[in-house]
Amino acid sequence: MSAEQDILQELAGREYEFGFETQIEMDIAPPGLNEETIRFISMKKNEPEWLLEWRLKGYQLFKKLSMPTWQNFELPEVDFQGVSYYAAPKNKVKYESLDEVDPELLRTFEKLGIPLEEQKMLSGVAVDAVFDSISVATTFKKQLNELGIIFCSFGEAVQDHPELVKKYLGTVVPQSDNIYAALNCAVFSDGSFVYIPKGVRCPMELSTYFRINAKNTGQFERTLIIADEGSYVSYLEGCTAPMRDENQLHAAVVELIALDNAEIKYSTVQNWYPGDKDGKGGIYNFVTKRGICKGHHSKISWTQVETGSAITWKYPGVILQGDNSIGEFYSVAVTSKKQVADTGTKMVHIGKNTKSRIISKGISAVHGQNTYRGLVKIGPNASNARNFTQCDSLLIGDRCGAHTFPYIESKNNTAMVEHEATTSKIGEDQVFYLNQRGIDSEQAVNMIVNGYAKEVLNQLPMEFAVEAQKLLSITLEGSVG
Amino acid sequence: MLNIKNLHAAVEGNAILKGINLNVKAGEVHAIMGPNGSGKSSLASVLAGREAYEVTEGSVEFEGKDLLDMSPEVRAREGVFLAFQYPVEIPGVSNINFLKTAVNEIRAHHGQPPMQAKAFLDMLKQKQKLMEFDANLMNRSLNEGFSGGEKKRNDIFQMAMLEPKLAIMDETDSGLDIDALRVVSAGVNKLRSKDNAFVIITHYQRLLEYIVPDYVHVLYNGRIVKSGTKELALELEEKGYDWLKADIRLEEPVQ
Repeated sequence: MSAEQDILQELAGREYEFGFETQIEMDIAPPGLNEETIRFISMKKNEPEWLLEWRLKGYQLFKKLSMPTWQNFELPEVDFQGVSYYAAPKNKVKYESLDEVDPELLRTFEKLGIPLEEQKMLSGVAVDAVFDSISVATTFKKQLNELGIIFCSFGEAVQDHPELVKKYLGTVVPQSDNIYAALNCAVFSDGSFVYIPKGVRCPMELSTYFRINAKNTGQFERTLIIADEGSYVSYLEGCTAPMRDENQLHAAVVELIALDNAEIKYSTVQNWYPGDKDGKGGIYNFVTKRGICKGHHSKISWTQVETGSAITWKYPGVILQGDNSIGEFYSVAVTSKKQVADTGTKMVHIGKNTKSRIISKGISAVHGQNTYRGLVKIGPNASNARNFTQCDSLLIGDRCGAHTFPYIESKNNTAMVEHEATTSKIGEDQVFYLNQRGIDSEQAVNMIVNGYAKEVLNQLPMEFAVEAQKLLSITLEGSVG
Repeated sequence: MLNIKNLHAAVEGNAILKGINLNVKAGEVHAIMGPNGSGKSSLASVLAGREAYEVTEGSVEFEGKDLLDMSPEVRAREGVFLAFQYPVEIPGVSNINFLKTAVNEIRAHHGQPPMQAKAFLDMLKQKQKLMEFDANLMNRSLNEGFSGGEKKRNDIFQMAMLEPKLAIMDETDSGLDIDALRVVSAGVNKLRSKDNAFVIITHYQRLLEYIVPDYVHVLYNGRIVKSGTKELALELEEKGYDWLKADIRLEEPVQ
């Protein structure tokens, strides 16, 4: 068993690849959360009065709401007054072209493997890069504009398309949804905004890349995606942060709206800094993500690969309001070292003939704790609603944990809900079998894990699938159980 | 090629192999027979390097190198292949990708560059034909949902792809119907050459009608108690193992 110990130890000690910090002049708000801070952010972003009011309302709700108590981990004390709620690279707030962007910043994104320069954009992915609180660059704007597609930072959307923002902001995730959502309403910095007009199929993947860089800052981005009737969009989100001893807070809100016959595919590869092997540092990833299939025959599909963060706490869900609408959730969550993940989905069936599909693959290694928590709710009018849930857990080593909390509520007796669950350990037999064919244990575990997660990885767009596969290897390289 | 001297091995402190001596030369086929629990599969596991088995005494040389000093994957890369008694399922891992990885690992070990995709696929096709292996199985996940017989056939197909010097077949015939047995045996016969060797572990003489061995050994209580030619297998089929057991009991001092 000593080989297993060695490999687990090595795995626990693995360095985080994106842990560097960019030295750049920053415009940072002093730490602390109060009305002043909120006014400061709103002023910096030159926001209209209604939005400031909306932020202040969020702040009032935040003060009233209390911390949840149902989560399957010990909620650490978060010092909301110790965090700075606004950090942006100095110089220019808005960049007209990439030439104006600080080269140091561009180098950062290059290091992260995010191609921002137009000539590198042959891969056909339009990127919006958010560095701390500010969207740095959005590529491919012109081509998208010709189709009437709006893809810009949230801040720009507030300036250029206030009517759309006002119409949809907070309609999927109410301000009072939970304390972190309320906090986000109060202090959200930037994020991405997407609008796909009627009947348009977005010809490329849209992608936002989030990077927390500055010390003592949190990231509170907001993403709003609206797919008008008969449109289609595939959206990708990636994230990293430097290594720091203290914990940093990421409390984002994502809202998706699909109108009649529209389809939104939302993919996340989350690689926030997970903390060191003793559980010191790392990002608290407390995120609220929800989509609404507002129109009939609409479809929203979430795919997530969660590998980073000290604590991941999120449940991307779909409200199936339109008749015949479809919600999907595909998830791979990996916890290694002392990471914790409490993640899953909510599928709320309201319309008739609505369908949902949940495929969740948890992987726990070293001291990682992985919880699947899912809610499938069938309303009284959701006749012929269907749900299929498959929830698998894979354990590597004997000190990690896997937990499952499926909730099912059905108020319609024509509904059909299926739940399948398995828990397995990476078998020594499997590893030995591959060893015996000349494959070493590290690569063997890699193959087994990737095979296990394949159903979910297959849902990712090509460019991301490769990255996600690599990420799984890095996170779990060489563990034998 | 393989030289086993006075090999003793234990699992969790229980002695399983108690002094095995065996010499296998290139071009030879050795059959190892014996009653249940005699240590046949343990011998295969020790040679392949399964972790639970602890070698307590003796030595094993493979092509002049100390086999026991190598990790399981290095043994495989050096050319030792084990056809498993129970091949495992690895869901989601495609058979072809797995084979490609294995082939290239072995090539890398011998300082050869990875095989080009085209050359690999050509080889795959050629071996698939040679071994009469179902192309549909080739495209599926590694042994996932395969029947017992299909798994065994997949193992033999892998053997054809990896071209080992020494193939150890651990009760490959168990769970095979007559037709599958015929196909698998025919495959093995096609792979036989003057440069490689086979150690075939089996309960039944039947397999040895198809794959004719040069030598037959009887393993009992962790030791090879009788060796002979293929005629010995026939004798065992006829008389069972009891007559051998009786002989041995007489030889062993009463404790």
